[in-house]
Amino acid sequence: MIEIRSLEKYFGALQVLKGIDLTVEKGEVLSVIGASGSGKSTLLYCINGLEAIQKGSVVVDGTNVHAKGTDINKLRQKLGMVFQQWNSFPHLTALENVALAPRIVKGKSRTEARDIAERQLRHVGLDDKLNAYPSALSGGQQQRLAIARALAMEPTYMLFDEATSALDPELVGEVLDTMRLLAEEGMTMICVTHEMGFARDVSDRVAYFHQGVMEEIGPPEQIFGEAKSEHTRKFLANVR
Amino acid sequence: MFDYNFHWRPVMKSLPDLLEAGLLTLQVATLSMIIGIVIGLLLALSRMKKTGPAYWLATAWVELARNTPALFQLFFFGFGIGAFGIHLSPFAIVLAGLSFNCAGYLAENFRGGFQAIPDTQLRAARSLGMTAWQAHTRIIIPQVFRLVYHPITNQMVWAVLMSSLGMLVGFRELSGETQFFASRTFRIFEYFAVTAVIYYAIVKIVLGASRLLAMRLFRY
Ligand SMILES: Nc1ncnc2c1ncn2[C@@H]1O[C@H](COP(=O)(O)OP(=O)(O)O)[C@@H](O)[C@H]1O
Ligand SMILES: [Mg+2]
Repeated sequence: MIEIRSLEKYFGALQVLKGIDLTVEKGEVLSVIGASGSGKSTLLYCINGLEAIQKGSVVVDGTNVHAKGTDINKLRQKLGMVFQQWNSFPHLTALENVALAPRIVKGKSRTEARDIAERQLRHVGLDDKLNAYPSALSGGQQQRLAIARALAMEPTYMLFDEATSALDPELVGEVLDTMRLLAEEGMTMICVTHEMGFARDVSDRVAYFHQGVMEEIGPPEQIFGEAKSEHTRKFLANVR
Repeated sequence: MFDYNFHWRPVMKSLPDLLEAGLLTLQVATLSMIIGIVIGLLLALSRMKKTGPAYWLATAWVELARNTPALFQLFFFGFGIGAFGIHLSPFAIVLAGLSFNCAGYLAENFRGGFQAIPDTQLRAARSLGMTAWQAHTRIIIPQVFRLVYHPITNQMVWAVLMSSLGMLVGFRELSGETQFFASRTFRIFEYFAVTAVIYYAIVKIVLGASRLLAMRLFRY
């Protein structure tokens, strides 16, 4: 379970998150929507401790992410993350991209790590690209590689930060399909997304962010059908 | 108008000694590059922090190494610290001087390389649970090395050539050795001509080795 309490985040004087309260249960798929600059990416970074916070708390399975004594590297193994810019490691093959962290972070042997990597690459449909370097892969393939790389750590949660926004339109589908597959397998997911179709079909709940505030959260039917907030309705009218 | 008689025999007789001195040149240049790369990386990382004593020390180092004559840097480790009662062997003087110089130049190359790697690479690595050390040694620095590979090769060539200053602090590397024989036999032109060829060969070997290494290292 991810428990976010009264979370406040500043960049200098700029307040980017203005008191967020949010609980995500195991097995849930939460989509986070909202205009650019509303603090969605920052929320994900605060959850896995890539950004420090100024107030409130984030607790993952009982461990406070931002507490002094927390072993953040250990905690991050539970929290896979996929970025908008897919960030494959260009100097490593697909297989090495995926096998590296299990080996050096989790201490798996080379063969174990290789097995894990092969399994996850097959999982995302890249079993024919094991020895390819990222430069030889399309954007969609690199993004699926990034998903496999995160899954190889056997995370409990997956955080997706606009995983399809940087892709050419014809490559969006294959990445969304991979994300759907994960959702069906029961992965707990927080997906920042501009894909309203995905948010509507796949999520258990949808959260709408507006200028650092979580304006509204609820099942997709509610958000897309009868949103309470004026802002939410306006935003959805514009993206459709 | 041209009445100098060439005598190559003395040079040929001392060729084995010259080649051995050439190896010494290659050795001191290689060692200074290894030390220079390690220190250069640390200087670059310190300079990117922008504050604190490490930043100032690194900045002073880079400024001095790049903006004063290499010969003076060598003299500093020879006569400069000699004035304080610290006496290094000629080999150590040259090694220290070259390492100081290489570290300063490489630091700036590395800094440019670090800045060219998107910081999302570091975030991606950390998000997988890697420590800062792991992320740097496994993800960031390998990519930086590729970016600065040519400057590093150039610096290695420069280190080979710069080591000839060693003869001015009594180090019998290739130039020192040549000077020693030349002044004994007075076949100054012949000795330095042959030595120039040896330097040329060393540089070509360095460049060739660098190209081979690049093919092995950078498959992507
Ligand atoms: N590293 C940073 N330094 C300063 N401001 C930042 C930084 N990252 C994000 N911001 C600002 O925080 C706000 C929220 O950004 P972000 O979380 O990326 O929004 P979103 O993902 O919803 O588009 C924006 O105004 C952005 O400019
Ligand atoms: Mg964003």
